[in-house]
Amino acid sequence: MEYLIRLAQAHESFRLPELRALATRADVDLEIISYNDFSPYCVVKLQDETAARALISRSILGKDILELWGQGVNYEELHADVKRRTQHRWDDYQTVPFAFAVESFAGKRSQTTKREIIKSFSYMAFKGPIRLKNPDEQFCVMEEYVADREISARGGEVSTEPRRIYLGRWIADSSRAIMPTYDLKKRRYISTTSMDAELSLVTANMALAAPGKVFFDPFVGTGSFLVAAAHFGALTFGADIDPRGFRGRDMEGVNKMGLVQNYQQYGLTSKFLDAFTSDLTNTPLRNIPFLDGIVCDPPYGVREGLRVLGARDGKGKEPVIIDGVPAHYRPGYIPPKRPYGFEALQKDVLDFAVRTLVPGGRLSMWMPTASDEEVEFPVPMHPNLEVVDVSVQPFSSWSRRLITYRRLPEGEVSDVSLARRKDDKQGVRADDLNAFRRKYFARHRGTASEQDEKEAQ
Amino acid sequence: MKVITANFVTCAVKECKTSPTSFPLHFHDAELEQQELNFQPEFIRNIIPRIDWEGLRVTANELGFPSLPESKPEGEALNNEQTLQDLHRLLMETQVMEGKLICGNCGHEYMIKEGIANFLLPSHLGKRNIINQQEVMLANAPSSLS
Repeated sequence: MEYLIRLAQAHESFRLPELRALATRADVDLEIISYNDFSPYCVVKLQDETAARALISRSILGKDILELWGQGVNYEELHADVKRRTQHRWDDYQTVPFAFAVESFAGKRSQTTKREIIKSFSYMAFKGPIRLKNPDEQFCVMEEYVADREISARGGEVSTEPRRIYLGRWIADSSRAIMPTYDLKKRRYISTTSMDAELSLVTANMALAAPGKVFFDPFVGTGSFLVAAAHFGALTFGADIDPRGFRGRDMEGVNKMGLVQNYQQYGLTSKFLDAFTSDLTNTPLRNIPFLDGIVCDPPYGVREGLRVLGARDGKGKEPVIIDGVPAHYRPGYIPPKRPYGFEALQKDVLDFAVRTLVPGGRLSMWMPTASDEEVEFPVPMHPNLEVVDVSVQPFSSWSRRLITYRRLPEGEVSDVSLARRKDDKQGVRADDLNAFRRKYFARHRGTASEQDEKEAQ
Repeated sequence: MKVITANFVTCAVKECKTSPTSFPLHFHDAELEQQELNFQPEFIRNIIPRIDWEGLRVTANELGFPSLPESKPEGEALNNEQTLQDLHRLLMETQVMEGKLICGNCGHEYMIKEGIANFLLPSHLGKRNIINQQEVMLANAPSSLS
């Protein structure tokens, strides 16, 4: 059966990856029949209505799903297709209360024209009462015009007629309506690096968050990803090198923890496992496959140079004793941190994922890249991880990508010949180790080194 | 820190990770708190196969819980409501608010304060190969950087 998914016209390159992830998670066969980045209408083939409901129920970038009753490049073609596909079913809808609507994407129709369009379907002979509120069945004519954005991106001509028209019978809504609930503006505990609700929820979908699963964020901060994964039912825990990120200022006792307050706000307290202070390069997590998903937005080192534990000058390999007590057990001990390369950090995330993910478990990781130099920032790869999808969120002079990996079962390896082969050998300043940071500052406000000096003052 | 988390962590010192004596980390001076949470049998059933049962028995014992059965519940036992409830209470609802976790291999003590464990290592215990690499990098770097 063919179905039509109405997509949000936002984060276009995430839309198909999200649908594919949801199909995997719901265990349904999904075939994309037609899709265009500049259109909200995507035609797919699915086994039945149950599969359609299962697919859309958790979607954030999809709005709803309709049974496709017909399509065409003009009304003549559409009517012929509707008759061919659905004539045998018209009787079933003879008496049900129904609604019939016309919508135009990137186009406009007057009320009079809309009524005429609706009348043109009178051959279906529905006699049920027309109900605009709570109808039993909703039909929608969807006209797709060529959007200005598409013309400026791909060329083409403005047309007063739609390029394609669909008729659909509404089946089910997605989860998009929950976005306002998770809006950062209404969240109790956030910081400057909190990921917005929409993309956090998409990230959780990409990693297949679901009830019964365990999810981990090694750079948890204020917990944007964990809250999203918890919304979809996963049990979640996180770590951060700086506990101030997840504790918050006013913490007294674990239930006042900033991060935990977010779970409380959303009624997800039972989905919170733990938060602890640790550094990914010296993680206390055991090397056993026990995680179903890892979701993270590693620090880019733009706001501050990256740091991991360790002495910058190689000193400090002997314990320091103060008043007979090892300094590192004294209250207020702050371990030294050293600059750390962005590329090395990504490699560490992949190695960590390989050690801790169950077979089929997923890592969804964000990484930044300069917009026009994608060649220079190939997707980091690992032989035990398969790259499932890569989506891009463009900004004016840079962009960031969400890369999703799948942990391959032992005995299977992926082709990593396209991967970056770069080690953290040269340089000791944050910008020597971080090509992204260097480029970012070169373009914006002087060099990253100047930024370092500014920070040091 | 919850009991379930303790089953998934070991000593952060690289040399200890491969040593059997580093797991489980041993609780000392632990102050416990029980927090009632929704019972999620699906999760408990999924997580039991990933639990190190011997380690959990040691931890439960150290925290003063009644002895767990000698062998991990499997098959039919995973449908026993009481078994799952008991494990839910131990793994999910029991938190160590204050205390230490001590490595049986190197003796390092990880502090737990206000329910948050701190696994950051002092520099003399950090990842050796990186420190060495750092020295190489420094040797090549201009002296003005230091």
